[in-house]
Amino acid sequence: MIGVLALQGGFAVHVEAIEACGFDAIEVRTPAQLAEVDALVMPGGESTTMWKLLAFQELEGPLRERLEAGMPVFGTCAGMILLSASISDGRADQSSFASIDLDVRRNGYGRQVDSFEADLPIAALDEPYRAVFIRAPVIERLGDGVEVLASVDGTPVLVRQGPVLAASFHPELTPDTRLHRWWLTEIVGASS
Amino acid sequence: MTDSQSAAPSSTGTVRVKRGLAEMLKGGVIMDVVNPEQAKVAEDAGAVAVMALERVPADIRADGGVARMSDPEMIEGIQSVCTIPVMAKARIGHFVEAQILEALGVDYIDESEVLTPADETHHIDKFAYTVPFVCGATNLGEALRRISEGACMIRSKGEAGTGNVVEAVRHLRNILGDIRKITQADEAELFEWAKQLRAPLPLIQEIAETGKLQVPLFCAGGLATPADAALAMQLGAEAVFVGSGIFKSDDPAPRAKAIVEATTNYNDPAILAKVSRGLGAPMTGIGMDEINVAFADRGW
Repeated sequence: MIGVLALQGGFAVHVEAIEACGFDAIEVRTPAQLAEVDALVMPGGESTTMWKLLAFQELEGPLRERLEAGMPVFGTCAGMILLSASISDGRADQSSFASIDLDVRRNGYGRQVDSFEADLPIAALDEPYRAVFIRAPVIERLGDGVEVLASVDGTPVLVRQGPVLAASFHPELTPDTRLHRWWLTEIVGASS
Repeated sequence: MTDSQSAAPSSTGTVRVKRGLAEMLKGGVIMDVVNPEQAKVAEDAGAVAVMALERVPADIRADGGVARMSDPEMIEGIQSVCTIPVMAKARIGHFVEAQILEALGVDYIDESEVLTPADETHHIDKFAYTVPFVCGATNLGEALRRISEGACMIRSKGEAGTGNVVEAVRHLRNILGDIRKITQADEAELFEWAKQLRAPLPLIQEIAETGKLQVPLFCAGGLATPADAALAMQLGAEAVFVGSGIFKSDDPAPRAKAIVEATTNYNDPAILAKVSRGLGAPMTGIGMDEINVAFADRGW
C-alpha cells in the first residue's frame, strides 16, 4: 500500500497519479494510517504548515522512525523541503527530517509570478518530462551520496539518495505518470 | 552530469502553473490580515497563505463608503514578514489595480466583491496576467464565467464580514449540486444547462465528463469557527478562507490554530471537538436580514 501524506497541499492529485499507475493509495493523516503503508509520498503545499500539522497529528516521531528504517519516500516541493538536511528562508520554528543530504532554499526560484514549467530530460525516462515548478525550493548543496537525476540550468531538481527520491517540481500536476510509475516500480518495487 | 540532463527554464504564467498554486493551497486556511503583526499570527498558526487588506470585511461593512485596493506599502509590509504566499484584493473590473498588485509580486489576486466594484459589466481579463486570480461565485454559471475569463481558483461568495456561514453554504450547495446534476444529464440537456447557467458550453461538457469544476473550489465568507471550516470541507470545499472570523474574535491566535487543525481533520468529529474547546467568544456576527449591502450581489 502506498501512502500520501495528506495534511495539506497537493495530496489528492498524487493519489490519482498512483492509482493511474495501477497501485492502491491511501491518504495518511494519523500514525495508524502511516503504519499501514509500505512507501510514502510527501506532496507539495506549504512546508511551514505541514511541519506544524505533523506535530499536532503526532506524526513527526512515527514518520521519523519509518524514514530512519528506510521506508521508500518521494518528496515533491514542500515534501523535499521536509526531507532535506537544512532549510534557508524557512521559519525559525521549522525543522526537517534530514533523510537526504541536501540543503534547500524555500521559494528559491522566487514568488508565484516566477513559477514556471519546463521540459526536463530525466535519465531514467526516454522522452523529456514536463515539469511544473510552483514557488519552488532551490537545492543549494548536495551531499556526496546524493545522485542527480535531472537539472535545470545546472541546478539539480530531481535527486535520489537510497530510498529517498526528491523533486523540487510537481510531477502530480501533469497527466504524465511516468515518473510516478518509475518510482513505484524501480524504487518502491525494488525495496519490497 | 551530462548536458542532456539539463533543461532551460521556459514558460511562466501558464494555466498549469497558475492553477498549480491553488492545488498547493488545498486543505489549508487562507487568513485575512491587515498588518504585519496579524500576518505573523496567521503564519504562526499554520495558515497556508494570507490575504493582505486594509480593513477586514466586517469593518468595510461597518464603515461604508468606497473600498479599494490596499496601499502597496501596507502589502509590502506584510510580504516582508511572511514566508507563505501573500494574496491581495482588486476591485471587480479594476484591471489597473490588478496590474499594480502583479507589479508588487503578490502571489494571488482576489477580484473581490468585498471591494466596491469598478465596472458594472466587465470583469478583469485574467488571462492577460502572469499572476493567478481567484474569483467569487454564488452559483455554477458565475463560476464558469469567471473560469472562462481566466480565474484559476473559485471561492464561494458567502457574505463576508458577517460571521454567518449560511450564504457560503448556499453557494457551495448551488455549485456542487449543479455539478452533480450535470453529470447525470444527456448530451441534449447540456445545451439547456449552458443556456440556463449563461456559461460556455465546452466548460459544461467538460464538467459532465469529469464530474468536477475545472479549478480548485474554496469556501469563503462568514466562517468563524473550526466547525464552520469543517462544514465547508465536508460539503466539498477544498480549502477555506477566513476573513473577519479570526481577528474579530476575542483571542485570534488559538482560534486561528484551531481552524487550521479543523480543516485538516474535517472528517474527524473527536478532533473537531478537541480543537473547538475554550477558544473564547467568536465574532458576534450578524443575520442576513440585518445587512445593508449584500456583497454577493456584486459580480456579473
